[in-house]
Amino acid sequence: MKAQRRALAWRAAGLSLLLLLALLALWHWATLPAAGAAAAMTAEQREYAELLGQSSEGPARNSGFPTPAELGRSALQHLSDPWRDNGPNDKGLGIQLGHSLLRVALGFGAAVLLAVPLGFLVGMSPLALRALDPYIQVLKPISPLAWMPLALYTIRDSSASGVFVIFICSVWPLLINTSFGVASVRREWLDVARTLEVPRGRLALQVILPAAAPTILTGMRISMGIAWLVIVAAEMLVGGTGIGYFVWNEWNNLSLANVMVAILLIGVVGMVLDRLFAALQRKVSYAD
Amino acid sequence: MSEQELSGLDPYDADRPLLMRCACGRQHAAAGDAGADCAPTTPEQAVNRYVEAALVKALFPREEVRRQFLRAVGRRTAMAAIASVLPLGSLQAMAQERGRPEKKDLKVGFVSITCATPLLMAEPLGFYRDQGINVQLVKTPGWAAIRDRIITKEHDASHFLSPMPLAMTLGLGSDKVATSVATIQNINGQAITLHVKHKSRREPKSWKGFKFGVPFPFSMHNFLLRYYLADYGLHPDTDVEIITVPPPEMVARLKAGEIDGFLGPDPYNQRAVYDEVGFIHVLSKDIWDGHPCCAFGMSSEFIRQHPNSFAALFRAIIGSSFIASVSTDRMRMAKLIAPAAYLNQPEEVVAQVLTGEFPDGLGNVRRVPDRAIFDPVPWQSMAVWILTQMKRWGYIKGEVDYSHIAEQVFMLTDAKKQMGMAGWRPPEGAYRRARIMGKVFDPQRPEEYVKSFPIHKVMA
Repeated sequence: MKAQRRALAWRAAGLSLLLLLALLALWHWATLPAAGAAAAMTAEQREYAELLGQSSEGPARNSGFPTPAELGRSALQHLSDPWRDNGPNDKGLGIQLGHSLLRVALGFGAAVLLAVPLGFLVGMSPLALRALDPYIQVLKPISPLAWMPLALYTIRDSSASGVFVIFICSVWPLLINTSFGVASVRREWLDVARTLEVPRGRLALQVILPAAAPTILTGMRISMGIAWLVIVAAEMLVGGTGIGYFVWNEWNNLSLANVMVAILLIGVVGMVLDRLFAALQRKVSYAD
Repeated sequence: MSEQELSGLDPYDADRPLLMRCACGRQHAAAGDAGADCAPTTPEQAVNRYVEAALVKALFPREEVRRQFLRAVGRRTAMAAIASVLPLGSLQAMAQERGRPEKKDLKVGFVSITCATPLLMAEPLGFYRDQGINVQLVKTPGWAAIRDRIITKEHDASHFLSPMPLAMTLGLGSDKVATSVATIQNINGQAITLHVKHKSRREPKSWKGFKFGVPFPFSMHNFLLRYYLADYGLHPDTDVEIITVPPPEMVARLKAGEIDGFLGPDPYNQRAVYDEVGFIHVLSKDIWDGHPCCAFGMSSEFIRQHPNSFAALFRAIIGSSFIASVSTDRMRMAKLIAPAAYLNQPEEVVAQVLTGEFPDGLGNVRRVPDRAIFDPVPWQSMAVWILTQMKRWGYIKGEVDYSHIAEQVFMLTDAKKQMGMAGWRPPEGAYRRARIMGKVFDPQRPEEYVKSFPIHKVMA
């Protein structure tokens, strides 16, 4: 049984690798630069070509989609110097990621501080749950970036507006999941607690919280996923610092290789964050 | 009094160091003493000389920079140029011991285009530091954000498209915020770029149905493109489509075929050629040689509240503009502003824009040394022209008090008033005639000018 599972894992890994290689080969082949005909050029033509960056010696400049090699080169270059700091508009990837993560942490943290206690209250009172539900339903589907103009106008600071947008997009899944988790704690447990005359505070912390924890963590995981999606878009919109700004700045330079490095990095960081919350979730889960 | 006698205090003498003391050789503490000992014809003259010397010293704290500049442009040009750009209150601020900046840490927004060269270059050249201010240059994603961050006071001063402060002061497309243009950043320096597939369609008459990008509604780009199209008989509102495209997206959207062309800022015209996506149809210089492009400005409130910080900023930018305007080493300028912290563009593309020696995308190498020029004088006639075009295309309706608005926003008049009070002869006029595609623009008769166009929106 165990050996069978291990064999499957190996085969899956092999297949993944094969897929990657096939993709790289296809990509390499599709982006091969066309061979230049530099030989029979007049002096003017040669000057013209040189001004366009197509010198007759050396490799032809690729003006289109980057090749896998170019991507590798720029990834290596960026990852080897993540703490570069040439003033406010040119920082290394590490610093940019740090800025983004900090913004997400601030916005997300504020959302947890507000939404979890509020979710508790709402979940413990069926009346409040029903009364608040319409508002949550209306506010939940609003795209976080739609808040951006409003935030910029009222907060008057682009960085703080980014944090606010993270906050507002994190709040709803947290609130809904917390209140749902709290509301669906088994009645028997609450009845037992009541017959034992457990005080309300203790009831919340020692009975409801552990019972609702997996649902709350699910809310956090969803929120974090959305927050990481949104921060990149928000930073592209307001500029300044962060991985989203990096993407925008390289787009401004039409450097797709650098944009792709950033995209891959965003994906990896997003996955790590998701795994982190998945692990937390497993920790608080229990079998009935 | 001859020129010779005053040479020790002559700020316009490139061959002598500016000693801030007079020809008699003794150090004087104040202008009054200089007047007494050097036996000038009138005390006013001596005072004015002293003020002038202090001014030049303030503009060019580094002696070698001052001398290099004067040698390059000559005495008369330097005097006229410096005299023409002194803004409200800054004369006193400059003549005094440099006032302590009320606010030392300043945020200045910019959009990454070559028009921002003076603003950007001032940082690596150390001009901001020389003036005792810490300027943080903030790369801003687009012009709407530039506008909004001046309104929300997130930025203290900013790179603008020169029509923007006029629009903001009038409350067009935003809250009404009195905004001033302290200097023009550059003149010329734009182009109409078309997709390579239109190489054979050079006749504007055949452009019916084209879709063009401009960076912002209140931009010289929009007004020049409309002017150009209308001159060829195309109505820019009905015959073609003009949409707002942020400069960094222009090349990509041209490549995707979403737009047929754009009248955009550099380096994106040259970048389109470099990436073999487009060709340069005409330089904006060929539409109006000497037109303004971008400006440097701030809210009028900022100037009122921080006159010394303003003066420091102003001196740094003027100094940098002068260097940009006289520099024969444009390759070095390109090297300074091309890195990721500023334009984030290939250095050779920036150099092609600045040197004016560039491939045009049609197989020719063109040599146009005045493709982009740096000249900081905020002529009010420029503002009047912009207002006439706003009227012409329906952005403003009804009566327009052209000269009043121009004088309120373009800071030349305040400067002239101040100079008059200090006993200086103001520079020749504030209004200059211009010739735009062969048609004469007389800034004294703006309303007639608006009505003289067969194609406009006023009556449409």
